[in-house]
Amino acid sequence: MLTEELSRSGNPSSLHGSGRRARRVVEDAREALAAAARAHPSEVIFTSGGTEADNLGVKGLYWARRDADPNRTKILVPGIEHHAVQDTVEWLERHEGADVVWLPVDASGTISLEALRSELEADAALEQPRIALVTVMWANNEVGTIQPIADVVKLAHAHGVPVHSDAVQAFGSVPVDFAASGLDSMAVSGHKIGGPVGVGALLLGRSVKLTPVLHGGGQERDVRSGTLDTAGIAAFAAAAASAVEHLPQESARIAGLRERLIDGVSRVASEAQLRGPGDPENTGKRLPGNAHFTFPGCEGDSLLFLLDAAGVESSTGSACTAGVPRPSHVLLAMGLAEDTARGAQRFTLGHTSTEADVDALLTALPEAYSRAKQAGMAGHASSIQTAGTR
Amino acid sequence: MRVLAAMSGGVDSAVAAARAVDAGHDVVGVHLALSRMPGTLRTGSRGCCTIEDSRDAWRACDILGIPYYVWDFSERFKEDVVDDFIAEYAAGRTPNPCMRCNERIKFAALLEKAIALGFDAVCTGHYAKVIEDADGNRELHRAADWAKDQSYVLGVLTHEQLRHSMFPLAETPTKAEVRAEAEQRGLSVAKKPDSHDICFIPDGDTRGWLAEQIEMRDGDVVDETGSKVGSHEGANAFTVGQRRGLKLGTPASDGKPRFVLEVRPKENEVVVGPERMLNIDQMRGIKVSWCGLPPSEAAALGDAGTGTSAEFDCMAQVRAHGDPVNAKAHVELTGDGREELVVTLIEPMRGVAPGQTVVIYQGTRVLGQATIDTARSLERPDLVPAAGASSTH
Repeated sequence: MLTEELSRSGNPSSLHGSGRRARRVVEDAREALAAAARAHPSEVIFTSGGTEADNLGVKGLYWARRDADPNRTKILVPGIEHHAVQDTVEWLERHEGADVVWLPVDASGTISLEALRSELEADAALEQPRIALVTVMWANNEVGTIQPIADVVKLAHAHGVPVHSDAVQAFGSVPVDFAASGLDSMAVSGHKIGGPVGVGALLLGRSVKLTPVLHGGGQERDVRSGTLDTAGIAAFAAAAASAVEHLPQESARIAGLRERLIDGVSRVASEAQLRGPGDPENTGKRLPGNAHFTFPGCEGDSLLFLLDAAGVESSTGSACTAGVPRPSHVLLAMGLAEDTARGAQRFTLGHTSTEADVDALLTALPEAYSRAKQAGMAGHASSIQTAGTR
Repeated sequence: MRVLAAMSGGVDSAVAAARAVDAGHDVVGVHLALSRMPGTLRTGSRGCCTIEDSRDAWRACDILGIPYYVWDFSERFKEDVVDDFIAEYAAGRTPNPCMRCNERIKFAALLEKAIALGFDAVCTGHYAKVIEDADGNRELHRAADWAKDQSYVLGVLTHEQLRHSMFPLAETPTKAEVRAEAEQRGLSVAKKPDSHDICFIPDGDTRGWLAEQIEMRDGDVVDETGSKVGSHEGANAFTVGQRRGLKLGTPASDGKPRFVLEVRPKENEVVVGPERMLNIDQMRGIKVSWCGLPPSEAAALGDAGTGTSAEFDCMAQVRAHGDPVNAKAHVELTGDGREELVVTLIEPMRGVAPGQTVVIYQGTRVLGQATIDTARSLERPDLVPAAGASSTH
């Protein structure tokens, strides 16, 4: 799909033959993506990826609400959002007068509906209510917690407050139904579902007012400008259709592998603590491909290094622009101490993962963990004696 | 060997890593994140802690075909290097943070983590040479290129640290050759400017930076006889040997320029005097370490607990690129078993400040080092505290 389209020319906004042909590819893709996400085709706004879609959803809703009523400058958001939302909200706070309320999450990383409810109710009681929007991710990218989006939307809509959701991690992994969710806007991305990098979409309810972020030709519903990437869009839609079609079998298979992984880790590294939804009745609250642990007494980057050398690719959480590992803000928001958060390691399973992959991890892990523990925490004093320490 | 190449993002460490790869070692590149708040882009000659440096190190590893990681040592660096730098200045001393970083970060915290993760050595782009004697004991020597020689800032390494150190640039005749080699290897950092200043002081303004870290109080500037000749806005901003920025109201009797002879943080006083009084004849060093086996005179003291060693000839150097001068040294054991190094200079040396490191050499070999606690000019014994009296250790 991608390579076939890359070999063709034609701007989908041009009116000549090649343009019309490209436009048709884009519109076919729009329908396919809409069907996969259970949305109306006119609700699909193609973007350059999840980050742009989150920026557009959050900033666009904020500006539109504030323009309609200057009192509406408050944003309710949990402290576990992806940086695409968290940093956007912080930017609005610094530059656009937003007043941000960070909603608490419990130890499993689930948003407190009670806190949300009380914020909404207190605000509604004001003579001039101040809440512009609520933004809550569908599923967390680090610890895999699936959020009660339907409840969030119900609470917010009872007070006429719009809701944006970053569904980049959830889409293609768990059932995502935009229409049934009642969300006002929702971000999805291509590369998380086997599509290409550099393409995503904002699903935007037909009656939702949004102020644009990118200005220009107004190609996408006058809300998003920029020449459309026909090849990327076609490939994204094809990947979305395939992911959603195979979702029931794949998510069950991957969740099975995940259980094997979690059981195995608790057997070969019993000190490791599973983070995110843990107890068996809650497994439905975790993304099927996600397993997240903290390993006491070691630094995540040591473990990552040793597993990488053993051919197992894992991830520590987040890194800054210079590549410096940082204790995850998600784990800190869940109440973990910084030292505990530094020992984080996330294992992600996808549709190419096999039992053999899980077993390779379980084989490499004990040695890696024991060495990583010896390496200790880089933040702690070195035991090497020198002039200054004697 | 499994070698961890510490990659600053500069040309020296990139070429050092390349040579380690060529020598057949199993090399992994690691960039040390030393600042909690990495700046966005390098300004001036800044050499550490920027996003650009991390990217440059990454690209060099890509070209060498070796894995690359960024490890966070920012907390350790803050405690062991930055806080130490501030505390030393606050105590009226002039520390060398690069040396402290080599001692506690690169060849301690990093080395220890590397060894635990299965590495045999840490490789850096320092210009210095490690050689091994017939018994396998290691010695540190000056690099072939004396102009670029960095053995001074490595003088603080112990025998144990030297055993796990690798300096592939040792034999390079000139820095130009390193740049040419980088160019020929396709390393994009070939033309990157050298770093000179202190990496954690963003614009090179050490005094301005210190003023934000240390409480500065107005105080007196006094001459060598103790009479007030001016005032200052904080004694800690001054360094022994400094001439500029003194703003003295009263001219010297001989009309010649005056220099800072001493900083007294407790009294918040700065002592100034004529240039000739900067000449130091003897210094006493604490926090002594030997770079390899100790000299036989020091070893002969053994575990006596107290005593004075025989005197031995050496060369003393007090700055990274300062000239070494002929000296005689001996070791004294204090009651608690600590060594102190007494260096008597045959030719006096200018502007030596407590807190600086004296590194002693025999020929090209680095014998060891000590932190200067007191430095005395025979011309003003009354003003210089007696040996050990100002020591805070």
